[in-house]
Amino acid sequence: MRSARNMSVTVSNLVKNYGTIRALKSVSLEVAEGELFGVIGADGAGKTTLLRILTTLLLPDEGHAQVLGIDVVNGYHELRKRIGYMPGQFSLYQDLSVEENLTFFAAIFNTTVEENYHLIRDIYHRIEPFRTRRAGDLSGGMKQKLALSCALIHKPDILFLDEPTTGVDAVSRREFWEMLGRLRASGLTIIVSTPYMDEASRCDRVALMHHGQILGLDTPAGISHQFGRPLYAVSAGRSGRSYQLLKALRASPHARSVISFGEQVHYTDHRDSFRPEFLHSYLMQQGLADAHIEQIEPGVEDTLISLMTSRDDEKQR
Amino acid sequence: MKNNGNIIEVNELTRKFGDFTAVDQISFEVKRGEIFGFLGANGAGKTTAIRMLTGLLIPTSGQARVAGFDIYTESESIKRNIGYMSQKFSLFNDLTVAENMRFYGGIYGLGNQEIRHKTIELLDRLGLTGVRNRLIADLPLGWKQKLAFSTAVIHDPAIVFLDEPTSGVDPITRRQFWDLMYETADRGTTVFVTTHYMDEAEYCDRVSIMVDGRIDALDSPVGLKETYGARNVDEVFVKLARGGVS
Repeated sequence: MRSARNMSVTVSNLVKNYGTIRALKSVSLEVAEGELFGVIGADGAGKTTLLRILTTLLLPDEGHAQVLGIDVVNGYHELRKRIGYMPGQFSLYQDLSVEENLTFFAAIFNTTVEENYHLIRDIYHRIEPFRTRRAGDLSGGMKQKLALSCALIHKPDILFLDEPTTGVDAVSRREFWEMLGRLRASGLTIIVSTPYMDEASRCDRVALMHHGQILGLDTPAGISHQFGRPLYAVSAGRSGRSYQLLKALRASPHARSVISFGEQVHYTDHRDSFRPEFLHSYLMQQGLADAHIEQIEPGVEDTLISLMTSRDDEKQR
Repeated sequence: MKNNGNIIEVNELTRKFGDFTAVDQISFEVKRGEIFGFLGANGAGKTTAIRMLTGLLIPTSGQARVAGFDIYTESESIKRNIGYMSQKFSLFNDLTVAENMRFYGGIYGLGNQEIRHKTIELLDRLGLTGVRNRLIADLPLGWKQKLAFSTAVIHDPAIVFLDEPTSGVDPITRRQFWDLMYETADRGTTVFVTTHYMDEAEYCDRVSIMVDGRIDALDSPVGLKETYGARNVDEVFVKLARGGVS
């Protein structure tokens, strides 16, 4: 499907163990040039290990990976000049000022802030009023903008971001993704990891990771499509009795899955002949006449939960 | 301050750091047995407020009572009557599950008999009886989170403070964690929780939203959505916090 495009990243059968912990169990994927690619998963899924191998900071035990056509093990020296990397931990110099950090990162890549200022202008101008402030004294949102500026100042051909939005409030997360969207529009290939499922929709394609494996690899719409059965959103309505609703749905003998999603409960039924009216009359019997039921399109989180559950079921068999 | 239905009563509580006012005259009550969501953007003042309510930081001005105790003069009593769990704070990796529970039970002043009894009860409730003698280091993150929560309530506190308890856990564990919180609230322990997952705000009985050191909104999720004409709490949050902290 993407053979016409150049691949920025090619990963085949990567394995990485830490002692007895199997962090990556044979991971394979490709990222095309100019894609905004999301690695989605919880802590311990293997996201950071994958990103560290791709940024030449960690050696794989087995398998191969190429970034920009360069082998991550043999070509690490060449590759390091061409990638941008924003690690999960804030790792700029806390006792240098905003401006000093940026100048330093430009200098170690043999360039200047002036030469590449156009790349970061959009992001950096928001923190420029604080350019003499020590990086350690910045707010979380400002640190994030500085770290991104420093990762971009040498004009990388590909950008890796490890959980840039973890622990960041909902408003700042939105702003950060708007920045990434603009970088993507400029043609930069971006690989970003996140534990927030709702951020998947911002990506061109995503890999859903769980316990060192990729459970799904597709566009967000393609991932949602894998869900493969009618999904209903049930809400308690005006009563606001969400917990009672959850308990009632779980108690239904026909329930296949009952998963809370904020103000709604997402529900699937065992019966092929199922109609929402069946559920309505059941909930009425349970004293939840206000409940509202509608069929909805599954999201990425619905699919991941479903994939995780079926994986666990297989294990138990 | 008289209403006995309230487990937390806060009146014009303020904390300054030099010229900076981190918490600016906030007033609110938390009812006994409710799940109270304490939301706000990064830097809005949540952590400072929680540190005052848990007796770890003296306010600049204002009053507050937590579990009936004054935060200025009775902070030691507060500490004995609350539970606390944060994402960063975890159990001791090189102790077993049972040893961790014994340790925290001891810290909270429970007797040996009581600790043994509570350990059995809590592990049974979590379905984790089989791992009581395993090292914490060997357990999956989701189990650790649930165990950390259980140790935070081992002494049946009047109120438990949870600071981003579900950060980074997988979507199934996140929901199991909320089940634990519902059960805990059903048994009468008040749950005071912070989160960056806006869908979780919908699970709270009431939600407060802090912006720049002040509480700008406090209501049930249904009430907030009506007041702000929003479809969900996420939209309410964005409306209030946008233009606040960058």
